[in-house]
Amino acid sequence: MPTFLQEARLKRQVVQDLLFRNLTRLAAFAVLALLAAIIASLVVGSMPAIHAFGFGFLTSSVWDPVKDEYGALIPIVGTLVTSGIALLIAIPVSFGIAIFLTELSPNWLRRPLGIAVELLAGIPSIIYGMWGLFVFAPLFGDYVEPWINNHIGKMPFIGPFFSGPPMGIGMLTAGIILAIMVIPFIASVMRDVFDVVPAMLKESAYGLGSTTWEVMWNVVLPYTRIGVVGGIMLGLGRALGETMAVTFVIGNANQLNKSLFMPGNSIASALANEFNEAVGTLYTSSLIELGLILFFITFVVLSLARLLLLKMAQREGHGA
Amino acid sequence: MSYSYLYARRRIVNMVSLSISVFTMLFGLFWLGWILWTLLDNGLPGLSLHVFTQSTPPPGSNGGLINAIVGSLMMVFVGVLIGTPIGILAGTYLAEFGQRGWLAPLTRFINDILLSAPSIVIGIFVYAVYVAKVGHFAGWGGAFALAILVIPVVLRTTENMLRLVPNSLREAAAALGAPQWKVISFVTLRAARAGILTGILLAVARISGETAPLLFTALNNQFWSSDMNKPLSNLPVVIFQFAMSPYEDWQKLAWAGALIITLSVLTLNILARVLFRQKANSQ
Repeated sequence: MPTFLQEARLKRQVVQDLLFRNLTRLAAFAVLALLAAIIASLVVGSMPAIHAFGFGFLTSSVWDPVKDEYGALIPIVGTLVTSGIALLIAIPVSFGIAIFLTELSPNWLRRPLGIAVELLAGIPSIIYGMWGLFVFAPLFGDYVEPWINNHIGKMPFIGPFFSGPPMGIGMLTAGIILAIMVIPFIASVMRDVFDVVPAMLKESAYGLGSTTWEVMWNVVLPYTRIGVVGGIMLGLGRALGETMAVTFVIGNANQLNKSLFMPGNSIASALANEFNEAVGTLYTSSLIELGLILFFITFVVLSLARLLLLKMAQREGHGA
Repeated sequence: MSYSYLYARRRIVNMVSLSISVFTMLFGLFWLGWILWTLLDNGLPGLSLHVFTQSTPPPGSNGGLINAIVGSLMMVFVGVLIGTPIGILAGTYLAEFGQRGWLAPLTRFINDILLSAPSIVIGIFVYAVYVAKVGHFAGWGGAFALAILVIPVVLRTTENMLRLVPNSLREAAAALGAPQWKVISFVTLRAARAGILTGILLAVARISGETAPLLFTALNNQFWSSDMNKPLSNLPVVIFQFAMSPYEDWQKLAWAGALIITLSVLTLNILARVLFRQKANSQ
């Protein structure tokens, strides 16, 4: 082949490489642009509400479409409370599942059980909602809530939180269903970080005569602390933004109540219920501001989760 | 004396906590079993041929879900069609070109956040930039919202799978004189094919059951329609509306729809895992 043809070919390849490289770079950039666009559109959309209510929006519990006055306190509290309940239940359960999967399970069971837990994560949230509303809430209201009322409801301090009409739906039910939904996320992160603990470390502890529990609690957990917290934050991020499951069972009442049995509202469920019916700029804009607040909270939580997990991964790299 | 007490205590603590661990595992499986049982119990009686041949009925009359099934399939298809190329290209950048510079780590970080971002906010976003601009709910809006959910899943699996491709493969191709774009598209991406397909399947599973982003974008359509420019019926929103309705026959259809969605999503999940396992074994 003549030299000039070869040179032309080489040149063409350089151009093609450049094009390909920039095409992929453009796609990566599109992901960043997407996030920027989401934030920008939410901020622009909530401008009228921000102008009208200022910071008072965050502390006001009024939600009155008739008078066109809005405040985000109740949905924010509802979101935090339901997610808090979910974590209280999900953290110990996930820890137990992770211990079982890494230490106790016979080898042949490990994989099927791992898949089963991940399938729990795969079930669409609307299914959890339906099941919660039609199956779980009635049973919970008929059998569990009266029992809680009679036993825990009379205790000092925590009593008022656990007494009230046993309706089945409400903040507590929403929290429990959220817990079931986030258990697989937290459990699988915990299992993954427990798996990276060097066998040497565990065997040393066993060699000193530790019991399995002592190895888990005093060796594995401290070693993986950062990763475990990261996994919990990841679950929290999921719980905060969960929409459909909560919308079905939280009761959707704009009220602030000490009792966890009472219906409440979360940011996501308020959006799901009201966004399409909202008339008027201020109403829509207030709902968009709710979305912005939700996005902000989850963004912070998920960033923390990722940073912690990243730190864990780096440490693992150094250790190896 | 005190030693034997200590030993006994440690043994008991160990036994109790390990029993609790076994119990939590059963606890987790218990919910999975209960939910699946409920779905089969309530959904199977409602599953008839009508479900796959007729459109959603007004309350009190017979009907099926075919318009919702077709609408869902269309939006999922278009969503995957838009989201997958962006996800694969961006994942390729992160794995193949992202060793230096700020763009790759930042994109990876943001992508991981988008992966778990509340999907209802994506719905509001598409509402604001598309639905509000064109002035009506439309199937395209639903497809765009789903595409945004597809990107992070595909991006992440693509990057992970490309990283599993041994470097010797790239070097061998480069040594034969192949330009970089050929190395990547004909060697590394090809070697990671099964893994990337796994990612796409997982993305389909993820968006098939998504309801929140469709509420403000595609909404629903009671009648047969395949026009992406109009409100488009889809399974999740139909399930939501029918389940929340007071009509018994609507609720029955909702259970049938719920069973269909869950079975397809779980099948996709298992399929993706089987596929990935075969790939892992062949390496």
